[in-house]
Amino acid sequence: MKVLTVNFLTCAVKACKGTALSFPLHFRDAELVQQEMDFHPTFVRNVLLRVDWEGLKVTAAELGFTTLPAEKPEGEALDNEQLLKDLHTLLLETQVTEGKLVCGNCQHEYAIKEGIPNFLLPNHLGSAPKSEAAFVE
Amino acid sequence: MELPEASLHLPIPEAYEAEHVHHVYEQIAGHFSSTRYKPWPMVESFLKMQPDGSVGLDVGCGNGKYLTVNPKIFILGSDRSPALTKIASQHDHHSVVVADALLLPHPHSRFDFAISVAVIHHLSTASRRVMAIKTILDALKPSGNTSGMHGCLEKETKPGSGGRALIYVWALEQRGSRRGWDEGCEQDVMVPWVTKGEPNSAIHGTGNKSRKETGLKRRGKRYAPKDASQRTGREDSRSESEDMKSTVPPSTDRTEQEPSTEAIREFGTPKGGPSPDGREKSAEVTKTFQRYYHLYRSGELERDVVMAGGRVVDSGYERDNWWVIATRVIE
Repeated sequence: MKVLTVNFLTCAVKACKGTALSFPLHFRDAELVQQEMDFHPTFVRNVLLRVDWEGLKVTAAELGFTTLPAEKPEGEALDNEQLLKDLHTLLLETQVTEGKLVCGNCQHEYAIKEGIPNFLLPNHLGSAPKSEAAFVE
Repeated sequence: MELPEASLHLPIPEAYEAEHVHHVYEQIAGHFSSTRYKPWPMVESFLKMQPDGSVGLDVGCGNGKYLTVNPKIFILGSDRSPALTKIASQHDHHSVVVADALLLPHPHSRFDFAISVAVIHHLSTASRRVMAIKTILDALKPSGNTSGMHGCLEKETKPGSGGRALIYVWALEQRGSRRGWDEGCEQDVMVPWVTKGEPNSAIHGTGNKSRKETGLKRRGKRYAPKDASQRTGREDSRSESEDMKSTVPPSTDRTEQEPSTEAIREFGTPKGGPSPDGREKSAEVTKTFQRYYHLYRSGELERDVVMAGGRVVDSGYERDNWWVIATRVIE
């Protein structure tokens, strides 16, 4: 899974969703590989608009990438092709193949196997929310 | 108004779906995948009109056939079946996760678009189907309450106008299909999927390619027995809802696979030629899996979207399926 992907993931437990601690999920025992991908500056620039920068900084630091700018690059900064290439490498080419993603709120661990995290919950965590009854006619 | 259909098969919908949906797809994954490579035109155009760099979801992505449609966007696919997810993960431009549609692991309000094709109809109660739609809508960027109700897709997909979800479900009204369901038929049905060979032997769709899906008219009635399915095997071998030419059955598996050599390569299925079948056939074991479906009536999908707190931007019928494009409105 890509570093970019983690920026769009949170805990599957309903009670955790939206809590400050549940985003981003934290890597544990992450095994990384670099996989070369085609570089498209416009794509990187546009995806960057959608990235939660604070979350990305946390994720990147956990994986050992500590050179991210403090603020999300905007405007003219995005004309810097080297910066875009570096972000491309981090967001799209850096893949986590094995390890865990851990929720900072409930501490539940989601296993990552062969690059695919599994968010299926054990029964006691995954029951349907009570509000469901409201939809039944 | 329909009755709550829960009474048909309770006590526990989760357990029911685990047996009649999740378990089945896990077993037939490779085989199922080899039949799923042709994107539906509506879904394809929806994905292609997303602006460069858009980020979206494919909820119930199956083998990931929609992940290849537009390389300029980023799709986070999810599926309940680990086996299908593994196949989908071959499309390495994107990412896939194993997740339940009712418990999606995504933050709210972050996504430009979402698709969910032939998924919601596998949930066995009305409230769970509405919940699934709500879960998808919650992930979308909210839209203001300003834009008009135009049916024109192009106009509706502007940056900043909020996220849009395209949802497809199987229709009850499909008189022209080989199953012949129509208004008045039972909406909650079991649909068989017949495989040959060892169900788990072919995660990439090889060695399992001679398969058939038999039709049935209603649950508990006219369910095609084994001998009937064998007789009509090739003709029935296509997928139900992805069947783009339901009145013109292809004569062989090969015919069916020819439209997409790309897909054949990707999923490792031999490129045509009947030879793989010939030898294996005698040793193959036929196995039938029953999948649960809720067939949607006209207007029902739109109703579910509204109940989920969404707004229907556009809706229609395509090839035995109802579809909607919906937004999430924050008042």
